[in-house]
Amino acid sequence: MTVHQSISDDAKPAYNYAYLDEQTKRMIRRALLKAVAVPGYQVPFGSREMPLARGWGTGGIQVTAAIIGPDDTLKVIDQGADDTTNAVSIRRFFERTADARTTEATDEATIIQTRHRIPEAPLKSGQIMVYQVPQPEPLRKLEPHEAETRKMHAWAEYGLMQVKLYENIARFGEVTTTYDYPVMVNGRYVMAPSPIPKFDNPKMQMSPALQLFGAGREKRIYAVPPHTSVRSLDFEDHPFRIQSWEQPCALCGAADSYLDEVVIDDQGGRMFVCSDSHHCETRRAEGHRGAMLADASALHLVEDKP
Amino acid sequence: MQDGNQIHAGFSDPVFQSQGAFRALLAALSEPGLARDLGDAIEAPTGLEPATAVALLTLADYETPIWLPVALRDGPAGAWLRFHCGAALVEEPSRAAFAVIDGAASEPKLASFNAGDDQFPDRSTTVLVQCGGLEGGEAVTLEGPGIAGHRTIAPAGLRPGFWAEVEGNATLYPLGIDLLLVHGTQALGLPRSTQIVGAR
Amino acid sequence: MYVAVKGGEAAILATHDLVAEARRGDEGVPELAVAQIREQMGLACARVMNEGSLYDPDLAALALKQAQGDAIEAAFLMRAYRTTLPRFGSSEPLDTAKMAIRRRVSATYKDLPGGQVLGPTYDYTHRLFDFSLMDSPDVMVGLDPTISGQEGASSANTAGDARVKPEHDVKPLDAFMPRVPDILGAEGLMEEETPPEGDPRPFDLTREPVTFPAERDVRLQAMARGDEGFMLGLGYSVQRGFGNSHPFVGEVRVGEVAVEFVPEELGFAVDLGEITLTECQMVNQFAGSKEVPPQFTRGYGLSFGHSERKAMSMSLVDRALKAREFGEAATYPAQQDEFVLYHSDNVEAAGFVEHLKLPHYVDFQGELELIRRIRKERQERQERLADQANQALPEAAE
Repeated sequence: MTVHQSISDDAKPAYNYAYLDEQTKRMIRRALLKAVAVPGYQVPFGSREMPLARGWGTGGIQVTAAIIGPDDTLKVIDQGADDTTNAVSIRRFFERTADARTTEATDEATIIQTRHRIPEAPLKSGQIMVYQVPQPEPLRKLEPHEAETRKMHAWAEYGLMQVKLYENIARFGEVTTTYDYPVMVNGRYVMAPSPIPKFDNPKMQMSPALQLFGAGREKRIYAVPPHTSVRSLDFEDHPFRIQSWEQPCALCGAADSYLDEVVIDDQGGRMFVCSDSHHCETRRAEGHRGAMLADASALHLVEDKP
Repeated sequence: MQDGNQIHAGFSDPVFQSQGAFRALLAALSEPGLARDLGDAIEAPTGLEPATAVALLTLADYETPIWLPVALRDGPAGAWLRFHCGAALVEEPSRAAFAVIDGAASEPKLASFNAGDDQFPDRSTTVLVQCGGLEGGEAVTLEGPGIAGHRTIAPAGLRPGFWAEVEGNATLYPLGIDLLLVHGTQALGLPRSTQIVGAR
Repeated sequence: MYVAVKGGEAAILATHDLVAEARRGDEGVPELAVAQIREQMGLACARVMNEGSLYDPDLAALALKQAQGDAIEAAFLMRAYRTTLPRFGSSEPLDTAKMAIRRRVSATYKDLPGGQVLGPTYDYTHRLFDFSLMDSPDVMVGLDPTISGQEGASSANTAGDARVKPEHDVKPLDAFMPRVPDILGAEGLMEEETPPEGDPRPFDLTREPVTFPAERDVRLQAMARGDEGFMLGLGYSVQRGFGNSHPFVGEVRVGEVAVEFVPEELGFAVDLGEITLTECQMVNQFAGSKEVPPQFTRGYGLSFGHSERKAMSMSLVDRALKAREFGEAATYPAQQDEFVLYHSDNVEAAGFVEHLKLPHYVDFQGELELIRRIRKERQERQERLADQANQALPEAAE
């Protein structure tokens, strides 16, 4: 039975700062400290029911809610962009519940909550990345039972993973995993970097920022402290390599960023643009111009501020 | 102000004071060897360094048994922790989620605390080592996650053989306890992932 | 291009307006009151309370109204609210033997102390539409004998072989209604249920992460909030042979049970009120072993409100999940705790299935890049081979 606080009370019941109650924050904070002490190890935690759907970032939200304070500036991205619907929704959640100061500028943020990307601008010391993780267990596709994968991590038995990657190579000539590409952390734990494209994996290696990972539905938290070895699994004769495109960003001309493909007509027309919307805007503001910027601007699809 | 019967106040603003202290603790364990200030939000009970008191108030509750030296357990510090954290004070070091030890005392040994188990290495004790100072002691060099290259620290007032115990703890990795060296309002993290390098 | 994502905030706000409109429907039709849902959609409310893990018929009704009758969305609303409620402590264990019975049937005995009490059940209704419900607001449900077969004593002997006490019976029900497994237990034929050493407070899966193998308290708790359809399917699979179960309904009982709480400062139990519960205990065969003489084993199900299908399904799966304890092979889904517990939570399952709607174009781009490149490399390889073959032929002719 629920015991309602009298609804007729003038004082409306209010949610705690950053939604979570203090006991829940303590529990998550303890898990975060253990996660930092054992990089790449998945710490089970008492993930709470959240007012957003499981699978929509509840792990990342709980981590952010447990760490955020009045001194923080929060950036939220999904697919690299600040204005994708779920990023907007999560940013609004923290504006409402934690009165959070928010930004789209990567270098102004102290906390960056992300789904599927790491920003292109290099991260700095003192920044915290919070990753939303759908499946924290890198071995799950190979072994569905938690009881088994837990033993494999305990004994550092990662042969199965090596075999799977090698079978890939035998069949296709390369590892065909393009996102959530497994990494070895601090030489001990194989870790799922969350479904970031493998393009972003090298940014994790020895990053000066603290990286925290929250999987709400699967109830796991893990971490990579700053300056920690994060090596993408590979083989001497088949070294890890990242995606590349034959053309630069059509809007800002960047040749070294991750690109989204945009279908522009039904005749097979395509344009490739930066997935990191803030990075692209910053470059355009600095005067970089891609091949299709004028067209896009004429159609009011982007602002062109030369 | 403090006498045997009175329990000091806890945080005056629990939400934000604990948030600030937590971020300092997170930074301390993320970048081992760098001292972090936990602030002076509370007046600590006798026997606890201010940083120890703030850290426990921030992290401990009825879910986390605490081990204290007997004198502290039976004194104002024990009463304070029971009252503010609702934490159980346990006698066996191996049952503790958090522990406070005097860095100069010869007992208990670090190895007497819980190092976790191979499937759940997170179920280990976090030990707050109260020491004479975070500078001015024997220099030791650290490396590992959170440290770009090497970092040298020199905490003071630690018992002979302390660093050998820390080295022993690191060999258990990924098992092991996590240490916070505390003095005054400051804390310095030494998680199990940190290696002691070079000749001492 | 950026059109799809720019203006995300305005678009999100617009969806809130649209869903409010859709929820209300035609404004020419009077708005539903929450009390109407609570009183007239009681079984739907029970489902929402079960899967929302919160006993509150008013909130369940509100959730159903807000969710346009979507049971899973309603359960989600209940859970998100529940998680913010302060906890005062745990109640004393409920005593279902003392339930104020509304309905109680046993399939294992023809008659037993307290008798069979059919109570309100659809079991013997013919599923024929009662068209008078369509437009006559004053029709009393259950009075049409062709629909409910429940008018007065005329239907009392439908089962023929059992003493039937319809709810409208003027005689009060027996005060003593022993639970059937207790009757078997008194004879030593029923597997004993002993609490773990020290009778600790049960695990709380909403506060602590589950580990495997999961103990029975965790399993029962997960199933109690599990999706009714999923539990039904699993229970059915056990019956059909995907499990090693030969169940009899020892008893299904529905009624009110008092909830008591011992406040720390008082030190004695205080009555908080009563809740409606459905309890099912299945009796299953067990051959016994070297140590244990042959005995029956128990499958247990307990749910909020009147929810027999849920309680019965749960009790089938509970027994199947005891495979490990009885040293049986756990070959089938219903016998595997990890499978059952991880997949029965419909709020989690719905969230993850539906998250596939979210943009995934960054990852998809990675797949596109890969598949295009592999195809291109393959084509180049084939062309190279074809060239070599073409060049080789004339050479061979020379």
